[in-house]
Amino acid sequence: MALTDSEKEYINEKLGREPNSLELGMLDIMFSEHCSYKSSRPILGLFPTEGEKIILGPGDDAGLVDITDELALAVGIESHNHPSAIEPYGGAGTGIGGILRDIISMGAMPIALLDSLRFGHLEDQKSCYLFEHVVKGISDYGNRVGIPTVGGEVEFDDAFRTNPLVNVMCAGIVPKTDIVRGIAPNVGDVFLLMGGRTGRDGIHGVVFASEELTTASEIEDRPAVQVGDPFTKKKVLEASLEIMEKVDVSGVKDLGGGGLTCCISELADKCGNGALVELTKIPLREEGMTPYEIMLSESQERMVFVINPSQVSEVMEICEKYEIPAEVIGEVTDTDLMVVEEEGEVIAELPTNLLADPPVVHREAREPARDEEYVEVEHPSPQDALLKILSSTNMASKRWVYRQYDHEVQIRTMVKPGDDAAVLKVDDEKAVALTVDCNSIHTKLDPYDGGAGSVAEAIRNVVSMGAQPLCVVDCLNFGNPEKPEVFWQFSECVKGMARLAEKFNTPVISGNVSFYNETEGVTVNPSPVVGVIGVANLEDVRTMDFKEEGDKIIVIGRTYNELDGSEYQRAVHGLVQGSAPKIRMDEELASAHAVQKLVTSDKERNITAIHDCSAGGIGIALAEMAIKSGLGAEVDLSKVPREDADDFATLLSESHARYILTVKSSKADDLLAEIDAPSAIIGEVKGDALIISGMVDITVEELQDAYNGVIEKFMA
Amino acid sequence: MKVGVIRFPGSNCDRDVYHALELAGGEPEYVWWNQKDLSNLDAAVIPGGFSYGDYLRAGAIAAITPVIDGIKSLVAEEKPVLGICNGAQILAEVGLVPGVFTVNENPKFNCQWTQLKVKTTRTPFTSLYHKDQIIKMPVAHAEGRYVNEDLELLHDQDQIVLQFEGENPNGSMEAITGVCDETGLICAVMPHPERASDMILGSDDGLNFFKGIINF
Repeated sequence: MALTDSEKEYINEKLGREPNSLELGMLDIMFSEHCSYKSSRPILGLFPTEGEKIILGPGDDAGLVDITDELALAVGIESHNHPSAIEPYGGAGTGIGGILRDIISMGAMPIALLDSLRFGHLEDQKSCYLFEHVVKGISDYGNRVGIPTVGGEVEFDDAFRTNPLVNVMCAGIVPKTDIVRGIAPNVGDVFLLMGGRTGRDGIHGVVFASEELTTASEIEDRPAVQVGDPFTKKKVLEASLEIMEKVDVSGVKDLGGGGLTCCISELADKCGNGALVELTKIPLREEGMTPYEIMLSESQERMVFVINPSQVSEVMEICEKYEIPAEVIGEVTDTDLMVVEEEGEVIAELPTNLLADPPVVHREAREPARDEEYVEVEHPSPQDALLKILSSTNMASKRWVYRQYDHEVQIRTMVKPGDDAAVLKVDDEKAVALTVDCNSIHTKLDPYDGGAGSVAEAIRNVVSMGAQPLCVVDCLNFGNPEKPEVFWQFSECVKGMARLAEKFNTPVISGNVSFYNETEGVTVNPSPVVGVIGVANLEDVRTMDFKEEGDKIIVIGRTYNELDGSEYQRAVHGLVQGSAPKIRMDEELASAHAVQKLVTSDKERNITAIHDCSAGGIGIALAEMAIKSGLGAEVDLSKVPREDADDFATLLSESHARYILTVKSSKADDLLAEIDAPSAIIGEVKGDALIISGMVDITVEELQDAYNGVIEKFMA
Repeated sequence: MKVGVIRFPGSNCDRDVYHALELAGGEPEYVWWNQKDLSNLDAAVIPGGFSYGDYLRAGAIAAITPVIDGIKSLVAEEKPVLGICNGAQILAEVGLVPGVFTVNENPKFNCQWTQLKVKTTRTPFTSLYHKDQIIKMPVAHAEGRYVNEDLELLHDQDQIVLQFEGENPNGSMEAITGVCDETGLICAVMPHPERASDMILGSDDGLNFFKGIINF
């Protein structure tokens, strides 16, 4: 039981009596951090959530954004950190399952998955084990369901050794006229539960996700991890889409954390209605389950449709076609109570808003003392530094991961994994660009700049594809919020993210908060994982690889002396120290606008490649453009617009607000003149080696050898 | 040209194949696994995916469904049948094409683009290519390694349809990744032609597979 004394008092006062043990269990999960967002809600209010293109902001299973005249994109993101820590294969797979259901619940066909993964270093056997099985879990689940996994990111750092982070983002398309919500507006409608049967798995999943892990968790909490069944999920997906196509349903909601209790109470509470559930109607997987287990089970692959009784036979027929169990389990009532009956006898009776709207907790936030210790480092040769960063597991190719994911199914994937963002065709004119990013090092050093910077980087990734960023989703992974220092990190981070999202007019339309990512004193690096959704005209889509010798290389944005918190310091010196690169909102916006303006007016395709500068700075960005194309370049760093940065810092500094473009040589000066931000021509695409300011002279082949096959060495 | 697109629970390339057939100018039609009578069809494609979750062995359960009887009737009427990926595994499981597609040499799921050589143009699906033409299409499977104890017979009867050119990503014998029956009308390929049916996806080299059906 995780309810605090004051929460128990609050419940007793609201009820005018003590809850019975079933009611107490139901309240316990609904008051958990995972279901209630009781700590985070007051801070999340800072996020901008409305905008011209926003159809639906946070509060439902997923957010909705307008992408074409006819279509909306449903987007959500979720964490499955604790389950993946103790059962990586099942934990990661059911993470996919959960976010897919959220998208289906909006009436949308899922078209893309992206995942953001964080583990300990691969020298460590346990980290290898978690990494291998999380990726396999995602692969086996996502591939079977037929949803392409098109992008993502992977970070390795000791801070994630016992508490890996597994965040999954999903996007789906739905005609605007067919959007469905998670509501139960009509009294007399029935709840039809379909999909997987209810079993004993996942009980207390949300409660254990709302506590710190311990070394005993792997044994004690294993029953709290759900069991995934992608084949059933695929049938549930197809059946759900067919139901929503043929039947005018009142509402749909998936069963995720908190199981039936959460699903039914939230459906009813959204419309100020009540609900009656008859326990004996629920299809069970095993015998002898108690009411407590049935109402709290988080068994997977289940959906509830809210429909008029006259529609039941049609829906049942569709479920029969796909051979999935379905049953009417209750109805919408005109009370404000959620009532559970067992063969007609009331066994739980609770106000829906007591379940769905627990009181917030105002946590204390305290800025921790800054680590004054600072190690002065001696720079190695720029070339050695560049190669070392490029061949670090954090920077090296993630092909070992993404080749295990089907990233082509549904034949929309225009830009494949390995570029700044994935680009998927949605119709004959438009594509969506999707990315998920986070800089946990920057956030650890300065949560405000790191939070804002994570949003900025994700936006840059989308802009680099030639797309206009529309909105943001976020998955905030932090430690124990009861610790004032953690809560300060969280608050500062959200402030930074909110400011940047506001600046770009990219509202936050959906999100997830995962606290308690600590194991016996080790807290994860604060990780604000940010998904950004952009839209591009098909002809505007660009990629990062060099295209043709002779093309001029332009850098947009100013470089500062910001090596602290960089991949250079982590990969070469093993250091995370000092201050994170500063976020400069006006410069960020000016650079992005410059790129967007150039691309949208570039009907002749004079702009041949675009890449953003982030981890590893200009040096790594140029190396990646060379590696992906097989072409070299010659660059003079003294031309780069910069402040206080010598050549070494210019090569590897991680200042924000920067892009690298290549353009047709004959148009370079004209295009440069159009850029309303610090910018310069710094070199050209040339030969088969990357040559930078007399500091670096490496063949592209050597770069490729450093970059490829790194993770494979650890993973066999 | 009415082309059936066979759907099993767990099929997931059905919509993609349907789309590619439309692009090629055909009239696709979905056919559910329990349909036995396919006499209204002029051809059929068994698309990829994970029929029945591939829980037992890829294609094993799909191979004993009623629609397979329909497929056999089509074959008897000398109408073309193409199996792609899971569809190829099903055709091998049923025994309509020789050999088996089994677990990759590196037993992980592998999704990547590949270079392929068209080894015969006598099948309807490859009739619009020229012999030894190199084409680009992606693979995506965990069980695609082609094994056959009598490769000589395959050569003798001109039953090798596609070979990997360069990298052999799953360890198939002689890099074979597409075979046909003796008549050439039944063809099983592991690479996905429908995923290479539009330049915007990186290649339209695969579209001729479907145009070939329509031209038949």
